[in-house]
Amino acid sequence: MLILYYLVLLVLLYIPIALLFLFSINNGLTFSFPLQGLTLHWYQDMLQNAALTNALVNSALVALLSSLAATTLGTSAAIALTRFKFKGKAIFLSVALMPLLVPLLIMGVALLLLFAALDVQRSLWSVGVAHTVVSLPYTLLILMARLVGFDSHLEEAAQDLGAGYLYTLRRVVLPMISPAMLAAMLIAFTVSFDEFVLASFLIGHEPTLPVFLYGQLRFANRFPQVVALAVLVMVASIGLVLLAERLRIAGTRAPVEKQTT
Amino acid sequence: MTPFAIELRNVRKSFADFHAVKGISLQIQQGEFFSLLGPSGCGKTTTLRMIAGFEQPTSGEIRLLGKEVSNQPPNRRNVNMVFQNYALFPHMTVFENVAFGLQTKKVPADEIKTRATEVLNAVRLPGMEARKPAQLSGGQQQRVALARALVNRPAVLLLDEPLGALDQKLRKEMQLELKRLQREVGITFIYVTHDQEEALTMSDRICVMHAGEVLQVDEPRALYEHPTSRFAADFIGTTNFLKGSLVSSEGKMATVNVEGLGPIRVEVALSLPAGQSVTLAVRPERLKLAAKAPENEDNQAVGKLSEIVFVGNDTHYFVALSNGVQIMVREQNQGEFPGAPSLEIGQRVYVFWSATSTSLLVD
Repeated sequence: MLILYYLVLLVLLYIPIALLFLFSINNGLTFSFPLQGLTLHWYQDMLQNAALTNALVNSALVALLSSLAATTLGTSAAIALTRFKFKGKAIFLSVALMPLLVPLLIMGVALLLLFAALDVQRSLWSVGVAHTVVSLPYTLLILMARLVGFDSHLEEAAQDLGAGYLYTLRRVVLPMISPAMLAAMLIAFTVSFDEFVLASFLIGHEPTLPVFLYGQLRFANRFPQVVALAVLVMVASIGLVLLAERLRIAGTRAPVEKQTT
Repeated sequence: MTPFAIELRNVRKSFADFHAVKGISLQIQQGEFFSLLGPSGCGKTTTLRMIAGFEQPTSGEIRLLGKEVSNQPPNRRNVNMVFQNYALFPHMTVFENVAFGLQTKKVPADEIKTRATEVLNAVRLPGMEARKPAQLSGGQQQRVALARALVNRPAVLLLDEPLGALDQKLRKEMQLELKRLQREVGITFIYVTHDQEEALTMSDRICVMHAGEVLQVDEPRALYEHPTSRFAADFIGTTNFLKGSLVSSEGKMATVNVEGLGPIRVEVALSLPAGQSVTLAVRPERLKLAAKAPENEDNQAVGKLSEIVFVGNDTHYFVALSNGVQIMVREQNQGEFPGAPSLEIGQRVYVFWSATSTSLLVD
């Protein structure tokens, strides 16, 4: 019975994606069967569309910077929460994780009002700030999980050998959690790259990719390009997430001991 | 007058309502192999961690070579620790692990290389510099942990049950290795263990701890032969206990009346009031068995042989004495008892022992 549910789930999730792929290589402008021949020229057209590639670059930049910021902040917060004693840890954690619960629409409006009140112009920077905020829960949780599973005796050993806390961080803790940090950064990158709601509220003159694609929907003749791009982005996103998971797990795997003397 | 390597003055440690260490005072000599022995939860590891600096005493003083260090952080104290699970840095090679302590003190690179190679030879791990901890066996990892601590030439080396994860045979080998190493480098070792045989094998002196308190500090032989508490007598080896009350004492000899057995003579070091309730402790190997009543023995009792157990190098004889107490006699297997025929279960036997083999424990 459970297998049946699982199959239904898989089908519902992946049939649209499969269809998407089919129509990106379909040699026609309408989305109906039968396919009118196979072609790759939509991919070609897409890569030559200057506005489209511009939006792609914008998204990439915003994703890169916001993921860097989210990872740095998330790592610092994770170290503070798992290694130091201070009051209000529970509140701190709840607040940091709140973006997971707040609807993006509400957050978009709130940030819009904030930037207006501060007299800050909307631009890709404002999108970057918003993306850092929504990525933070993910990076924080990934790093906390890694640090909790980390043998605390290692840091004690380093201190016993004469290291101050910063030295211990630099030579013992950070090297050991770097796979998790990289995994967190990749997740934050995908979160930002795919994000539509906040971006549509907070962009200035330059669009991010999802916003740009939405705007292209009215042009029927350009639609297959959009589909082609969507397929590429999806493949890249899936790839990044898989890579991130592999890194995260590899970073936590305990070494295997031999049994000889 | 050389200062003590470590001195603890009335050190107390409490975690909320739990009193882990209740006012202990210890004086550990330089160059000594000193063990903290006791069951889980007795406070021995907490005491070790306070000496290392990972815990702060709630009250009391800790002195290293005469200087107070109670509030000094662990990275400033001239002591090093070997952890129970070794705590080797998995992302560094053996060499980098060993070099770590010297690098924190900015020792020049060529000196690091010399000293690291020297100490790896001392722990019998030459040529392992490039390996990572995951590629080593348990015994090898343990020796790297030792090397990593010793290379810093600490005033005191702290060891927290380092042999716990090793198999029996390897443990015994490493016990002798550690003792040899300690003699060679001459550094004070403070060793925490719950294994009494291990403590007896390696230590110059043993401190028996129970429920946060120090019960007895003595050399292994003295501790074994003259335990001053029932717990120490029971924890170290096996002991037979007989309850009774003091009848009289003159000088070094005392007479105790044990119920159902009559007067028992025991050698004592202190004088006690008559009528004092006491427990006598006798080691199984100090008891002798005979089929006939012996003559001219300090102490004897009669009973029925209830069980004979062969354990390889020894035989254990369980005897139910006439006062109902069950005791054990241990005899090494070297052929027959001299002067005693082989004994059968159910037989009436005489147990005899000397006054000097008996310990007096005040209740």
